[in-house]
Amino acid sequence: MWQRIGAMIFKEVRQMARDPSTIAMMFFFPIIQLVIFGYAINNDPRHLPLVVEANDNSAFSRSIVSALRTTGYFDVTEVAGNYGQADRLIAEGEAQFVLTIPTDFARRLVRGERPQLLLAADATDPASTGPAVAAVNEAVARALARDLIGPLAGRQQGPPPVDLVLHRSYNPEGITSHNTVPGLLAIILSMTMVALTSMSVTRETEQGTMENLLATPLRPVEVMVGKIVPYFLLGFVQVCVVLGFAIVVFEVPFVGSLGLLVAVTLLFTLVSLALGFTISTLVESQVQSMMASMLYLMPSILLSGFAFPYRGMPVWAQWLAELLPPTHYIRLVRGIMLKGWEWPLAVPESLKLMAMLLVLGTIAVRRYRDTVA
Amino acid sequence: MSAVPAIAVRGLTKRFGPRTVVDNIDLTVMPGRICGFLGPNGSGKTTTLRMICGLLIPDAGEGEVLGLDLARQRRAIKHQIGYMTQKFGLFSDLSIAENLEFIARVYGLDRRQERVAQTLERLGLTSRADQLAGKLSGGWKQRLALAAAVMHEPKILLLDEPTAGVDPQARREFWDQIHALAAGGMTVLVSTHYMDEAERCHEIAYIAYGVMLARGTIGAVIAGSGLVALHGEGPGADRLAAEIEQRPGVAMAAPFGTSLHVCGTDPAALRQAVEPWADRIRFTPTEPSLEDVFIHLMRGATDNSVEAR
Repeated sequence: MWQRIGAMIFKEVRQMARDPSTIAMMFFFPIIQLVIFGYAINNDPRHLPLVVEANDNSAFSRSIVSALRTTGYFDVTEVAGNYGQADRLIAEGEAQFVLTIPTDFARRLVRGERPQLLLAADATDPASTGPAVAAVNEAVARALARDLIGPLAGRQQGPPPVDLVLHRSYNPEGITSHNTVPGLLAIILSMTMVALTSMSVTRETEQGTMENLLATPLRPVEVMVGKIVPYFLLGFVQVCVVLGFAIVVFEVPFVGSLGLLVAVTLLFTLVSLALGFTISTLVESQVQSMMASMLYLMPSILLSGFAFPYRGMPVWAQWLAELLPPTHYIRLVRGIMLKGWEWPLAVPESLKLMAMLLVLGTIAVRRYRDTVA
Repeated sequence: MSAVPAIAVRGLTKRFGPRTVVDNIDLTVMPGRICGFLGPNGSGKTTTLRMICGLLIPDAGEGEVLGLDLARQRRAIKHQIGYMTQKFGLFSDLSIAENLEFIARVYGLDRRQERVAQTLERLGLTSRADQLAGKLSGGWKQRLALAAAVMHEPKILLLDEPTAGVDPQARREFWDQIHALAAGGMTVLVSTHYMDEAERCHEIAYIAYGVMLARGTIGAVIAGSGLVALHGEGPGADRLAAEIEQRPGVAMAAPFGTSLHVCGTDPAALRQAVEPWADRIRFTPTEPSLEDVFIHLMRGATDNSVEAR
């Protein structure tokens, strides 16, 4: 019996060795996961872009700014007094936080009143907002503890001298699903468009039906388009289902334009289809195309900002994420659904997706021609 | 019959990397003829068929298929050619009728339902129309593949080892159909390993390691080989093959049941070679078989598929 089992093992190992891609994957997957989880993902993000709108040019506000800087949580930029700028910066995603110090802050503090500080936060991703808000609170308290001396020392006792008003934009209740459900759109579309397309094309070549198809008057491009369209429609149905669930069941607010969302979704679907088709021209079997799709999906889920805050990642991981289509699509969906982006704000990310479509589409068509002709 | 050949290719050559798979092949088939395409495994038969039907672009060579230029009119050629691939190339998760319907759509045939029904009827597949193609046995798969290849009434039918793994009765029926199609004017180019199938063809072409070694009718190919054969019968004749093959003047010797079949190129030398056994085994002259000719030709050809790897 042992000899027979041994024969099986020997044969199996030999076959594994014949398929280098499987072996590569076996080493590749854990390494990628280790790197992503070990280095890239950080649930306590640092260096979040914070803009201080200091409208009173007092010693207090200067010391608050420097205290914020020393926390390490923020990359602080100061802007001159200009009401209304805060909203724009947050809407565009330039800043995640805007701390507004009112003009009469110092005066009211000295007078013994309890002046307000307004902290506006982009709360689309509540996970990355929470710890940062605590850090702002602490920094303000520390700065004032140092400054409230001499005649003002009495303010150190009693209620906190400053009232920090937090304004969570776009997701006032900090509901996680408002952030994840729109992101799911990207992940679900990626799974279907990339994995299913690449496998369905590979199946034709693997089973020998492609040969038969191409011996008929069907042109290679006609085969390609014919294979893509059904998946395109499938993706459309999926989008409707996810959106329906998001709005009806999870009560995700939809403040933007549906037309714009449909447009960017079409674009993202095309990018994913092109990628799936490209994969199918690079692999030899359905198993390999499945693995290649997983290799794409995993970083898409982890790095795109879907599961973990984009800003919490080191720069190299952010660059990597920039190369992944879902990163841009997720920003677009969140921007449109939660922040009410109109098309001018959607242009930069859309352009990146278009560039990807152009590159992937060209590769897909070229490689495909080479394999069939 | 018109005098214009259905297939006329000259100097067809295809290289995959450093290996020349098809080397300078000429082939002419007149309309309504069945041409058997023979040769050992890996000799370039499939590659040649794929070049003729426009699936592969030749590296060198030229030709006309149905009067259409092979290099420039591949698409027009595809409309008039039926190609049955070596591996079953239809969709196993579609039913027989659905597969045929798909093919009918692809060729843009009119009266689609009618044609599908006719094709099913003609091939005796009507009762199985709703069966999934993947669940069919080898013989039925082959029938379906043939049905799909001829439904658009092509002028040329290319068959790549169509009867591999099919039982004798199904093979017989298959060949009857091929002859019926040819009688209707269809030109057939069929690759095969079976000698009995070769003998059912009007003419044959023998290719080994990418090189065309013999062409013509069976009689012409045998006569052209210059082989003579002896049939030996007597006690223990079949056990002498290995020994006799070593003798000068003997090209090959093979046992057939209890008798022995010996071939050579020189009648006198062959007689002399079997002389030592003449006392107990009676050798009589016989016609060399097609198989003799092919094995002889193959031994003379150089195998380029091994050394180039």
